[in-house]
Amino acid sequence: MPTDEMWINMGPQHPFNHGLWNLRVKLKGETITQAEPIIGYLHRGWEKMVENRTYSQIVPLADRLCYGSSLSWNHLYCLTAEKIYGIEAPDRAKYIRVAVLELQRITSHLTWLMAVGTDLGSYTIMTWSIRERELFLDLLCKLSGARMTYNYCRIGGVRSDLPENYERDVNRTLDEFEKRLRDLESLMDENEPFLMRTVGIGKMDGKTAMNLGLTGPIMRASGVEMDLRRLDPYEVYADMKFDICTHTDGDVYARYRVRMDEMRESMKIVRQALAQAPAGPIRVKVPRCPPKGNVVNHVEDPRGESLMYMVSDGSERPYRLKVRSPNFVNLSASPPMLVGFKISDVPAIMGVMDMCIGETDR
Amino acid sequence: MSNLYIELTNFTEWLLGLVAALLDWTKLGFLSDFGEWLQTAPVVDFVSTLLVAVIFLITAMMFGLCFIWQERKFLGRFMDRRGTQVGFLGFFQNFADGIKVVLKEHIVPKDSDHRLFEMAIFAYLASTFMLFGCIPFSDNFYVINVNLAVLLGVAIFAFGPFSILIGGWSSNNKFTLIGGMRAAAQLIALEIPLLLCIVAVVVLTGDLSFVGIVTWQEQNIWLIVPLCIGALTFFIAAIGESERIPFDLPEAEAELVEGWATEYGDVRWGLQMASDYFRAYILSGLFTMLFLGGWAGPEFIWAEAWYLAKTFVVFFFFIWVRAATVRIRTDQILKLGWRRLLPLAVINLLIAVALKVAGVF
Amino acid sequence: MSQVIIYDTPDRSVEDISKDIKSKFPAVEVLKAAPKRLHLQVPREISFEVCKFMKEGLNFEHCSCVTTVDYLDHFTVVFHVSSWTNHILSEVLVDIPRDDPTVDSITPLWGGANWHEREAYDLMGIVFKGHPDLRRIMMPEEFKFHPLRKDFIVGRRV
Repeated sequence: MPTDEMWINMGPQHPFNHGLWNLRVKLKGETITQAEPIIGYLHRGWEKMVENRTYSQIVPLADRLCYGSSLSWNHLYCLTAEKIYGIEAPDRAKYIRVAVLELQRITSHLTWLMAVGTDLGSYTIMTWSIRERELFLDLLCKLSGARMTYNYCRIGGVRSDLPENYERDVNRTLDEFEKRLRDLESLMDENEPFLMRTVGIGKMDGKTAMNLGLTGPIMRASGVEMDLRRLDPYEVYADMKFDICTHTDGDVYARYRVRMDEMRESMKIVRQALAQAPAGPIRVKVPRCPPKGNVVNHVEDPRGESLMYMVSDGSERPYRLKVRSPNFVNLSASPPMLVGFKISDVPAIMGVMDMCIGETDR
Repeated sequence: MSNLYIELTNFTEWLLGLVAALLDWTKLGFLSDFGEWLQTAPVVDFVSTLLVAVIFLITAMMFGLCFIWQERKFLGRFMDRRGTQVGFLGFFQNFADGIKVVLKEHIVPKDSDHRLFEMAIFAYLASTFMLFGCIPFSDNFYVINVNLAVLLGVAIFAFGPFSILIGGWSSNNKFTLIGGMRAAAQLIALEIPLLLCIVAVVVLTGDLSFVGIVTWQEQNIWLIVPLCIGALTFFIAAIGESERIPFDLPEAEAELVEGWATEYGDVRWGLQMASDYFRAYILSGLFTMLFLGGWAGPEFIWAEAWYLAKTFVVFFFFIWVRAATVRIRTDQILKLGWRRLLPLAVINLLIAVALKVAGVF
Repeated sequence: MSQVIIYDTPDRSVEDISKDIKSKFPAVEVLKAAPKRLHLQVPREISFEVCKFMKEGLNFEHCSCVTTVDYLDHFTVVFHVSSWTNHILSEVLVDIPRDDPTVDSITPLWGGANWHEREAYDLMGIVFKGHPDLRRIMMPEEFKFHPLRKDFIVGRRV
């Protein structure tokens, strides 16, 4: 019986979309033959807007690039601006930044886990991971006063010192979280339907991943051990002892596994950073206008490699500020992961990629 | 509790006698004749059957709503939250939802097939409510005690896929069409292991009526013991038939919003959601009757209470499975149905036949 | 893949690599050769060959980003490519005239540059020759302007 191929629009309004984007898939029966992601619905003109703001006014705007892991972007912008000014943050600020960045990484991964739970249909995973996330949001709220867009890093350091007994609170929370993480993992690792939905789905091998520009946990799940915190250390990551988590299968289960392992490694880093933080100032003074020049800086965001390229013409506003978001490239590399699988696999494959459309569209 | 029919027949006789006496009092010829006709046996039978059906329907629906409450509370506790809080222990949330749904506007999509659109949901709801009539609460509290009750029940249950397909197609929506086709495939695939398990039970008990099966279990042994494989297969197939997680891909919110019933809005949607739970309740009730001895139990509480308590426990396991697993794909569900449940059901049937031939029961 | 690809110590140093490039392409100017950073200024005509040599001969496996800057009298296209084997992030600057904003696309070499070049075309108007699918990505298809150019004024504060 001759059958036709059908184009289906999954989005932009769709219950499983995390953010506002469209995925056009061409179906033959239930199998995907072609896929095309379409973005641009959330384009806010960020790069044009910051050409009209002073360097310190852009600091809270950088938070809003990806609201799911806002400290990471805030920090990247501050680091790039410090490079162009030619200054360096004091040591205490660097250790505090590393600790808080890793707390943000754990929070971002828990948000991802919540999304994976909803996509696969298990609201238990969703509510449990949000419950764990609340532990960390309490800590970050104590530090910066906000739950989502923290605005904590400043050009030249951080905004304020750690509150009293912060290290004790963080260590207690991490101990509690470690117990609960084991529960959470067993809900998924020993869950036969979960394995049926994730093992062998959305495979991609290491060489293709490298060529397509993929970075971050997705690439590490395909067997490439590359982490910018080790390859090109920034802040005080060179002094921290942690392992890079990889997995060799390259399917959805591998990507899930890598992120769960990364949460454990982040906990180690937080403990070390807070224990080793020296006393001292947390901020240096910054002049109004930086010298002329251009700098590039890249960090390991929870989603991959994020990069900022800043051009300064000597005035108090940047001449050009380009943002490379990891999700932009991960999304462009998703069609090879989707072709050949069924349409019911789309939530699993796209959900485990941890999408945040704020940084994709800017 | 004494027999519902006898009680209600007495009540109807008294009521119709009262009406006839009133009509007689008016001293008009044709009214007195009408009053006498009212007291004849066929009319009394008809009115009492009607009353029995209405009372039973209301009772069954109330208990069905209890199951929705049970799901919301227990699922909430599994997820470390409290569930509904409105009213005493959260019980009134269902009524609040019902009232809200009744007050909504009836919307029919413009390019849909209007007649089929209305008819499909009506057929689906009618099949669910008809099923309430087949399943007794005890040997004294039932609507009819059909000799072939089990067969009738499963036959009416099997009417579901038709209405789902028609409803999904007539909504003129690509996604409902996919949802409807998936649902029909899943339900048809999972009915066969269900029926085979029932056949095994009937082989051992020799009776197709519910009262007969429960009486046999009271006298011998609860059928979950010799037919444990069948009980497990029936349990899994029942979760699939009621389209709950892990088998709820036809309704998967993550992709298809609501599946085949996306376009239905108001009371139709409310009743469809409720009837999904009613169908799960009916399947748990079937499980109780076939394997757990129905209303058998010590005499210190009513037989009906035993039946409901056991059904609650079975439904608790339904909820537990829903809280713990994720949904699996349609082709995986179908593979499960055809390649795993069907052989298990056949093995179960062979065990039942072997036990019967060996004369154990 | 059953093997894990590891990048622990760099194979070659930045000075080696910059000497290699300079010897093969004398027209390339090395702006900066610091540890882990290599900045090159490349004329437009040989940009594709230089990138190809970097990918195949010098192990630059990853294209991080493609940026464009509008310097009022000319455009500059900046390719950021990384070599994980040698732990280098290199910046390749290509100046192109304003009235002829075309440059060779590096998508045939690194697939990761695909959407970056589409965005550069969309927001800045640079045409990448050899790109498989050059169309607008953020703006609607019918949009007539290129918003990131300096002559597209959006007001004092937006």
